[in-house]
Amino acid sequence: MSWEVVIGLEVHVQANTKTKAFCGCSTAFGAEPNTQTCPVCLGMPGQLPVLNREAVDKSVLTGLAINAEINLESKFDRKNYFYPDLPKGYQISQFPLPLVEGGHLMIPTAEGEKRIGVTRIHMEEDAGKSMHADTGNVSHIDLNRSGVPLMEIVSEPDMRSADEAVAYLKQLHQLVRFLDVSGADMEKGQFRCDANVSVRHPGEPLGTRAELKNLNSFRFIKQAIEFEVIRQIEIIEDGGKVVQETRLWDSARGESRSMRSKEETHDYRDFPEPDLPPLRLSKQEVDSIRAGMPELPGQMRVRFEEEFGLSAYDADVLTTSRELAAYYEDLVAAVPEDPKRAANWLANELLGRLKERSEDITASPIGPKQLAGLIKRIADNTISGKIAKDVLDAMLESGQGADAIIEKRGLKQITDSSAIDAIIQQVMSDNSDQVEQYRAGKDRLMGFFVGQVMQATRGKANPGLVNQRLKVLLKG
Amino acid sequence: MPFSSIDDLKQRLDAGETSAEELAGLYLDRIEKHNASLNAFVHVGFEQIMAQARASDSYRAKHEARPLEGVPIAIKDIFCSTESPTTCGSRILEGFTPAYDAHVITQLRKAGAVLLGKTNMDEFAMGSSNETSAYGPCRNPWDTDRIPGGSSGGSASAVAAGLAPAALGTDTGGSIRQPAAVTGIVGMKPTYGRVSRRGIIAFASSLDQAGPMTRTVKDTALIASIISGHDAGDATSVADAPSVDWLGACDKRNMKGLKIGRPEEYFIDGMDAEVRQKVEAALKQCEEMGAEIIDISLPHTEYAVAAYYVIAPSEASANLARYDGVRYGRRCEDPKDLADMYTRSRDEGFGDEVKRRILTGAFALSSGYYDAYYRKAQQVRTLIRQDFLNAFGQVDVIATPTSPVPAFKIGEKTDDPITMYLSDVFTIAVNLAGLPGLSQPCGFANALPVGLQWIAPAWREDIILSAASAYESATDWHAQHPKAYGGAGA
Repeated sequence: MSWEVVIGLEVHVQANTKTKAFCGCSTAFGAEPNTQTCPVCLGMPGQLPVLNREAVDKSVLTGLAINAEINLESKFDRKNYFYPDLPKGYQISQFPLPLVEGGHLMIPTAEGEKRIGVTRIHMEEDAGKSMHADTGNVSHIDLNRSGVPLMEIVSEPDMRSADEAVAYLKQLHQLVRFLDVSGADMEKGQFRCDANVSVRHPGEPLGTRAELKNLNSFRFIKQAIEFEVIRQIEIIEDGGKVVQETRLWDSARGESRSMRSKEETHDYRDFPEPDLPPLRLSKQEVDSIRAGMPELPGQMRVRFEEEFGLSAYDADVLTTSRELAAYYEDLVAAVPEDPKRAANWLANELLGRLKERSEDITASPIGPKQLAGLIKRIADNTISGKIAKDVLDAMLESGQGADAIIEKRGLKQITDSSAIDAIIQQVMSDNSDQVEQYRAGKDRLMGFFVGQVMQATRGKANPGLVNQRLKVLLKG
Repeated sequence: MPFSSIDDLKQRLDAGETSAEELAGLYLDRIEKHNASLNAFVHVGFEQIMAQARASDSYRAKHEARPLEGVPIAIKDIFCSTESPTTCGSRILEGFTPAYDAHVITQLRKAGAVLLGKTNMDEFAMGSSNETSAYGPCRNPWDTDRIPGGSSGGSASAVAAGLAPAALGTDTGGSIRQPAAVTGIVGMKPTYGRVSRRGIIAFASSLDQAGPMTRTVKDTALIASIISGHDAGDATSVADAPSVDWLGACDKRNMKGLKIGRPEEYFIDGMDAEVRQKVEAALKQCEEMGAEIIDISLPHTEYAVAAYYVIAPSEASANLARYDGVRYGRRCEDPKDLADMYTRSRDEGFGDEVKRRILTGAFALSSGYYDAYYRKAQQVRTLIRQDFLNAFGQVDVIATPTSPVPAFKIGEKTDDPITMYLSDVFTIAVNLAGLPGLSQPCGFANALPVGLQWIAPAWREDIILSAASAYESATDWHAQHPKAYGGAGA
């Protein structure tokens, strides 16, 4: 009997606001511990939260982008638990009445697009960070992150494989970055995922789920889900029962271990947060947030195909991130006559080289204007495409512009047909046997002659012209 | 002078007959002399108080005097302020001096007031007798074997004994009005949202409200005019609250044609007969002054105490979670591990009543019990609010006894929390409904002060102040002060 995997995801996305959710402290990453704190986010006596409207706007924008319902009245609650990096002893969150409900994302799968439901997006605050020293009975607490705004995005249990889960996460990751509502840097904890996984035979009711925590890269998510699926199937096939529990993924060992069982689940004793009145939004406010909606990746993909004649593949690659798409648009603005060549040089050549250096477009030492300078020299036949690849390497290496490198290295293409004719004559006289064979009908020797000419010119001869002149002169 | 009103003190200061320094010295002398018998003050920084007073005098020398220039005001130990420890009557905040002022403290400083030390209170404002304080009970100057009420017992005792001309208190279920009543002074809880809660140590956030405790109605109005107003730092402080002409309302002294509601649920068997008689007499006097007394009903009153003792502890159980020994306040010695640190720090730091309420609150919010307790209590709260709305369709203001009994003996009710909780039976509904309420002296029962409570619709403190001023001008209960502390006696 076949197995069906059921996955639902809870993603904590840090909203990239300038200040924290309920106080005026900076949210900048990487500051000295406890330097971005104030009496409010330290949970000092008598201190009160005041809601950051920028965090609200970003959550609403995210909701609108997934076609969800924005609740014009939502409420805040307290989730109570003790932990040293939770200064108030409760987290401000939203339970019965979240800001956003009922949206969806479309994800690509092998069988085509699939709709994944999003149950809700609610606002909450982050806790601080505990750091446990290796030696001694000491822990340190950094409260810089305490009170940083989060959007918790909860999906329906609509995914049926680890690949679908990863596709959903990538789609969501791309979306929040396009919306500029989050930096979504997974290494900085700005995009964190918990997965609820269960298995069943198709058509049966949902199986008992395990919640997987500590999934902080797309790779770990895939590994952890695949591990969990096998674990559960083995338990059931061995006649056992899956227990509801929270499991922690250990990426070093490539396995998960039980963190707490259902019996040990905290009772968070949620109740309405009396320090914050209900959050009320007017339809006008929501409309004005909607009016500021940027172009979304899907729309941009279609536009790139239509406006620039790109292949679906190139359009897809170039809309992976807002920064890359913006780079491409700047590039095309500089070489408007050549959008396809621009796409090719960006998507294949530049990105490929950056990837080898484990960098992305935001770290590129070559800006769109500089890359456009190179593309122009290909278009006007100053250099061939092949030489251009060497020039691009040199540009990355030295940071110099295409023209300076072409000039300095003498790479300018030979486009003078009499000069090319002279070289061809020389090649023909050095290879009279091959000329004979060619004239006797061995057409494929053409490639040999082209190679010889290019070698003689160290690649600088214009390949089109070489082909054309060879055909004429070889005829005799 | 120790029993002068702020109004009198201001006139004398303005006339140059006294100075802030002289006044501060006078009250500090009295504190030094009498605090041992009353235990009204828990933190008094003599030097820094004199420094504040001198600064006020030099301000007055150079500028026009501000509304409370040089007036000493005692502060309940629940208001955070930078010049003094703020411990909320609890061992868990032992030695804690905030790095910030409560919003209302800032307002008082800006108005030129001199902050006259911190007054005793029930621990975390949880109590009706000031007996749960970590500093020991505070005493009633009318009879030092008796309680001064609570939780703002120290503020009430200090004002009643002439150790301060006025004080700030907070009121979650009657903690300003009940002590005011049993010590024979005036105390007002403004409409919820009228006064910022920022920097006031939270007990029950949806109920807490700060207010004045004074000798006269006008003094209460004056302090209210300084501490009220929107604060962007408190999301529950109402931005577009209808404003009040505080002093103008006192000058109106309107009793003629005033429709006063007399709720039957507040004149009941089991309350002290003499208290009842004094309050009835006060109403009679209002009637003689031209008011119309109308019998009304607030049918859900009997559920108020039960609802309150679910809602307030629930909120408190979360509000007090921050006292965990991690960042400030008490931490137990040599904790074994995290759980041990939490458990022992909180066990050593909190007193029995606070523990009782944290446990009650945590229980009421627990999964499986939430609907039966917390949700039900919130539903009752809605009904109580509705009761008042209905009543105010009929009457302008409601008058009741503030406390069912006069000051009881220290130790008399400490073993019976339920009887203790019933001390607040006439004040709690006002907090649940978020309404303004004021208590003023209206006589004596067995030589102990009795309080008359006024309740108005939300934002209509003016109606209360006008009626209470009228009553005050026709009586001299407010002018009587305990003999043992140099007053004329009752």
